[in-house]
Order: sequence, then structure tokens, then C-alpha cells
Amino acid sequence: MSSPQSLLDVGTEYQYGFRDEIEYVYRAEKGLSRRVVEMISHMKGEPDWMREFRLRALEIFLKKPMPTWGNTRLLSEINFDEIYYYIKPADKQGRTWDEVPEQIKNTFEKLGIPEAERKFLAGVSAQYESEVVYHSIREDLERQGVIFMDMDSGLREYPDLVRRWFGKVIPPADNKFAALNSAVWSGGSFIYVPPGVHVEIPLQAYFRINAENMGQFERTLIIADEGSKVHYIEGCTAPIYSTDSLHSAVVELVALKGAHIRYTTVQNWSKNVYNLVTKRAVAYEDATVEWVDGNLGSKLTMKYPSVYMVGKGARGDILSVAFAGPGQHQDAGAKVIHAAPYTTSTVVSKSISKGGGRTTYRGLVQVDEGAVGVKCNVRCDALLLDEFSRSDTYPTMNVKEDDVRIEHEATVSKVGEEQLFYLMSRGLSEQEATTMIINGFFEPFAKELPLEYAVELNRLIALEMEGSVG
Amino acid sequence: MSHPLLEIRDLHVAVDGKPILKGVNLTINRGEIHALMGRNGSGKSTLAATLMGHPRYEVTRGEVLFEGQNLLEMEVDERARAGVFLAFQYPVAIPGVSVANFLRSALKSLREEEMSAREFRNALKEEFKALHMPDSFASRYVNEGFSGGEKKRLEIVQMGMIKPKLAILDETDSGLDIDGVRIVSENVNRIAGQDTGVLLITHYQRILRYIRPHFVHVMVGGRIIRSGDESLAHELEQRGYDWLLQEAGAEEKELQEVG
Ligand SMILES: Nc1ncnc2c1ncn2[C@@H]1O[C@H](COP(=O)(O)OP(=O)(O)OP(=O)(O)O)[C@@H](O)[C@H]1O
Ligand SMILES: [Mg+2]
Repeated sequence: MSSPQSLLDVGTEYQYGFRDEIEYVYRAEKGLSRRVVEMISHMKGEPDWMREFRLRALEIFLKKPMPTWGNTRLLSEINFDEIYYYIKPADKQGRTWDEVPEQIKNTFEKLGIPEAERKFLAGVSAQYESEVVYHSIREDLERQGVIFMDMDSGLREYPDLVRRWFGKVIPPADNKFAALNSAVWSGGSFIYVPPGVHVEIPLQAYFRINAENMGQFERTLIIADEGSKVHYIEGCTAPIYSTDSLHSAVVELVALKGAHIRYTTVQNWSKNVYNLVTKRAVAYEDATVEWVDGNLGSKLTMKYPSVYMVGKGARGDILSVAFAGPGQHQDAGAKVIHAAPYTTSTVVSKSISKGGGRTTYRGLVQVDEGAVGVKCNVRCDALLLDEFSRSDTYPTMNVKEDDVRIEHEATVSKVGEEQLFYLMSRGLSEQEATTMIINGFFEPFAKELPLEYAVELNRLIALEMEGSVG
Repeated sequence: MSHPLLEIRDLHVAVDGKPILKGVNLTINRGEIHALMGRNGSGKSTLAATLMGHPRYEVTRGEVLFEGQNLLEMEVDERARAGVFLAFQYPVAIPGVSVANFLRSALKSLREEEMSAREFRNALKEEFKALHMPDSFASRYVNEGFSGGEKKRLEIVQMGMIKPKLAILDETDSGLDIDGVRIVSENVNRIAGQDTGVLLITHYQRILRYIRPHFVHVMVGGRIIRSGDESLAHELEQRGYDWLLQEAGAEEKELQEVG
């Protein structure tokens, strides 16, 4: 068996790193200013309240200091003046792929989106830079009153519904990057599922950054009305550049009484993208929210999907997996806030670090006074593939009620020499054996993905492992 | 057919710098069954792990030839491909990896021509049946949550799928219930057939009633101090190890006095 050093020479190939030469319809000047924010709002023809909302958020962003926790070194390297905050790639949104500009369409073909759509999706949204360039939803769902469109169209077509919830789950002042998103947001998905309607097959959004120094700030709002059910999947990729791009999304979920939302992310940004995302859900009485969050790409990810259980019997499940290779830091986690009695939550976090990569689990379990009968189970497993990699766990417990049951378990392990030996003694090469152990480690996540994604995930892991041992 | 299947010559092995094996000599021919006995900590598993190529066991002296080839130069997976198989004393769990997936990949690496998915499924089913295990084990994660006896049976299921030239069975009988010992033994005999060499590590004579060894060896302090036929195992069962140690001690003394 070779020494662990060889794990450092990772030939990590990123297969989505290609870029397009595109004539953009419009590109805002570099940097962030009141003028840029007003221009975005103006181009979109937004109502006054939204323009005000943006400008207030900009003030907050400028006033708020950068986080003093997390990877402050990497955070300090973000140059907000070098970023393009708004790029409009196409004149209008396509309802068929033929209406999408040729080059952009080809990109999504390469990413396999139209094919996935034909095979197993109920609706698709494809965002390129700042705008959604393609959108479709199955007619039967539309007939049942399901709304699935880009956030900008949502604001135009359902102003009251949007105004009622937009920025209510995550106010701009929540954190610096939520404020930034609130100021310059563009694109993202707006979903409403009427009472009792079950959307059995997933709706998908795909996000692509193409330009260098791009900032993508999509904004997603999902409202599942009483007793309804929906599964939403998002995926993301970007080209490889020597300079960094910034992806800073805000995702707000509202699960009304008895509703069920599952939100799945397969984040595979190239390794020059900062991925600083705020995701939060409110779950009312007997509602369930599941976050299934996979982070494979990006330079620095900071993301802690949360569920606020505000109604009796609500439930929050968060499954988060992360893979950090050379130069990457996945700072991920989960927050569960039990604000009502008999609410339950589970958090499972799994991370793998290799070749000097870093993973961090940051979690919060909060139980408010009066929230009796709460059950919460947290489990974090970290796997280190070599001595140069690092994993840290920062769990916070804030429990103000006695009648609760909380379990927390955390493990850090190395890919076992014994496991490798066992698999190799049956004829597997060291690389095959390592890949198999990692696939197994990720299995709880893969199992929750639609089959096509699970296959893709396994392929990605195999690629990551290729040439990494030997 | 000129080379023996396995030839171990003056093998010295250390772990973390600590010498464990101190000059093991052993030759196994095709179709021969060798039992290896000896007290806890005498070095039996060390020999097994060294033969399979565990990276922590450092060979400090001696050589091992497998069909005339230098076994010690081969990686673990190469040894497996050459035909060496180890049934582990403590099989490890591989969470998230199903038995079927694992064995399918293993067979792919071990064999030149690929088995069809159907052939594979059928073969696996047969092996499970032979070991009296439900085939639902195919979709369970490797050794995870298996009982002690189930782990041991799975090792033999694997042996049956892989059909090695040399099978090293490290205390496969311990942890098995009474029927289990019989079932496992019958299957080892079936799989081994006429050509497989078997190195059977055990503490008990019980299994040797089913798998009848051509040779019995006793290891003490990292060396084989006595070899004999079946009756040696029987004698050990009756008398324990002390008398052997005394005899060996006397011999050693004599040797020293002479030398
Ligand atoms: N990896 C290791 N690290 C430290 N010591 C070891 C290691 N492997 C073996 N040893 C030591 O070497 C000696 C022989 O161990 P080994 O496992 O080979 O014995 P054994 O004959 O198989 O015993 P048992 O009958 O109990 O299985 C023991 O003293 C053991 O503690
Ligand atoms: Mg042993």
C-alpha cells in the first residue's frame, strides 16, 4: 500500500469547468453601489416596496461587519469591488429549449438538464448568470394550481403572496450575506403548492455561473400550503477561473400545517466559487421539512440549513454531506429550533476531507421554554483520508426546557487501514477500495437522491479519487 | 507443477519494531490441509496477515514463495489475484457498501472475463444457501451489524465466490454454533476440493473432525515448534500445551549445550 502522502497529489478533475463566450444582453458595471441596486430594480420593473427593500438591505450590508468566525482568512479575500452583481444573458425566458440561445442551450445539454427533464422531473428551471433562461412545468401540475416560476416572475404575477412571505423567514439583517442577497437578488425559484396537492415527482432548478468574477444571488421562496407536499432539487456548476466568483443565495421555505417540503441540493461549484448561502424553513403544526444538502464543490462554503419548528408536532430533518479536497473548506451544518411542543428533529452530518481539505460542522439545537416533549437526534461523522486534512465540530446547545430528549453523537475517523486491507484482500486496488469506502460513507445521502443523481454522485466520487492514490 | 503452492522459509516478522515471528518454515502443496494451532498471542494471525500482505507487518528476514513467485513483493490485491484468500479472524464492517456490490466489484478485479449480472446473482444465491444464510444478506452492508457467526459464514460465502488456490482460515470456527461449525466445514471441503491448499488456524479439535488435516503444526513464540499428523491435535486437546513447551524447552537446552 502506498504512503498517505500520495493522497496529496490529487488529480482532481472538474468535468464542468468549460466556459462559454457569450454576448450578454446587459452587464452591470463592476462593484456594488446604490446605482447598481436601483438599476437592477429598474430593469426588472419592480414595485416600489421591493426597491425600498433592496436599498434598505444594501445599507445593512454596508454597515454589517464581515463574520468574525468561520474561515476569516478566506472570507477576507473576497473583493466586493471586483464582482459583477448583475448579468443578463438573454432577452427573454424560454418555455421550450429551442427558445433558449444556442450556446446557453448547449451548456445545459452538456450538463444533462433537458435529458433529466424528459426522464424524471415535473418541472425545470435553468438559471444562467443572473436570470432564469428556461422554465417549464408539467401541465397537470399547473392545472392543479401549482405555481413554479422564477422569483422575478413570481413577484410580478403574485405580488400579494410574495410580499406576504418574502424576507419574512430570513430578514435582510439576519447576516451580511443575506443582506447582500436582499439588495441584489435576481432569479431563483418561486413555488406555491395549494392545499392538499402532492407533487410526487421532483421540481428542479439548475444554476450555472459562466462569467468570470460573477456574483450569483438567486432568491428562492417555497410555500407549501396546508397538507401539501413538494420535492425540490437544485444543482449548480461553474467554469474554472483563476479569479473567484461569489454565489450568495437566500432560500426561504414555508411549510404550513401538515405540509411536507423536501429540499435537495447537489452543490458542485468549481473550486473558485465562494458559496455563502442562507437557508431557512418554518414548519407549522405537523408540518415536515427535510433539507438534503450535498456540498462537493466550491472554495469556501458556509451554509447551515435551519428549520424553525413553530407549530406543535412539526418535524425537521437535515442531512448534510460534504467533501473537501485540496484548497477547499466546507463549513456546513444545521440548525434546529424547537419553538413548539412535541416537535422532533434529526440532523445527520457526514464529511470527508482529503489532500489538506477542511470540513467543519457547525450546529445549533435550540429548545424554547414550554416546548415540552421535544426529541432531537444529532449525529456527525467525519472521515479523514490523510493526516493533512482537517475536520472540526462546533455544536451549540441552547435548551430551556427539561422535558426533552436530545442525543448527540460525533465521530472522526480515518479511512481504516483495516477496511482497506479487507477490501484489497478481495482483489480491489487501493483506489477502488478507497472509492468504495467513500461511496459507502455517502450512501445515506445517495439513498435520498433520485436514482439518476445517485449514479452521478458515485461517478463524481470515482473521478475525485482517480489518480489520488497510487 | 514443479513448485509447491506455498513455501515459507525462515520468516521473521515485526510489528512496530517488535519481533513477532521468529523463523517460520512451512510448505503447503496443492490439495493439502494444514492445521495451525498454538496459544493466544503465539503469532498465528500475524502469519496469516503477513501472507496476505498487511502493511503493518514488516518482514525482516526470510522469504515466501507462492507457486515459485516472490509473494512478499506483491501488493495485497495482487496476492488476491494470484489466488491467496484470507478468511479473517475479525472481519471488519464496511458501512454503506452492500455485500453484493462488494463481491461483484471484487470478482470483476479478480477475474479476466466478467460474469453476467445474472450469473453473479445466481452464484451468490447458491453460496448463501449452502451456508444456510438468507439471500437478504446480499443487500446488507458488509459485516455491519452481523452476529459473530454470520461474519464467519460470510467469509466462507466469499471463499466460495472467489475460489482461491490458497485459503487461509483464521479461526473461522470460533464464534460459530455447533451446526455452524459443521456447515462451514462442509463448505470449506466442497470449495477446496482436490486442488486448494488450506491453512486452517484453530484452537479446537472440533473443526478438525470435519476438515481433516494432513498436517498439524504448533506455533509457540513465533515459531513452529512441532509438526505432526491429526493425532497431534488430539493430543493437544487432551493435554494442553505445557508438555510440548517442556519438551521444546529441553530440546532447546540440548541444542544450546551441543552448540
Ligand atoms: N498490529 C499489532 N500491533 C501490536 N501488536 C501486535 C499486532 N499484531 C500482533 N501483535 C502482537 O503479536 C503477538 C501475536 O499476535 P497474533 O494476533 O498473531 O496471535 P494469535 O496467535 O493469532 O493469537 P489468538 O489465538 O489470540 O488469535 C501478540 O502478542 C500481539 O499482541
Ligand atoms: Mg489470531
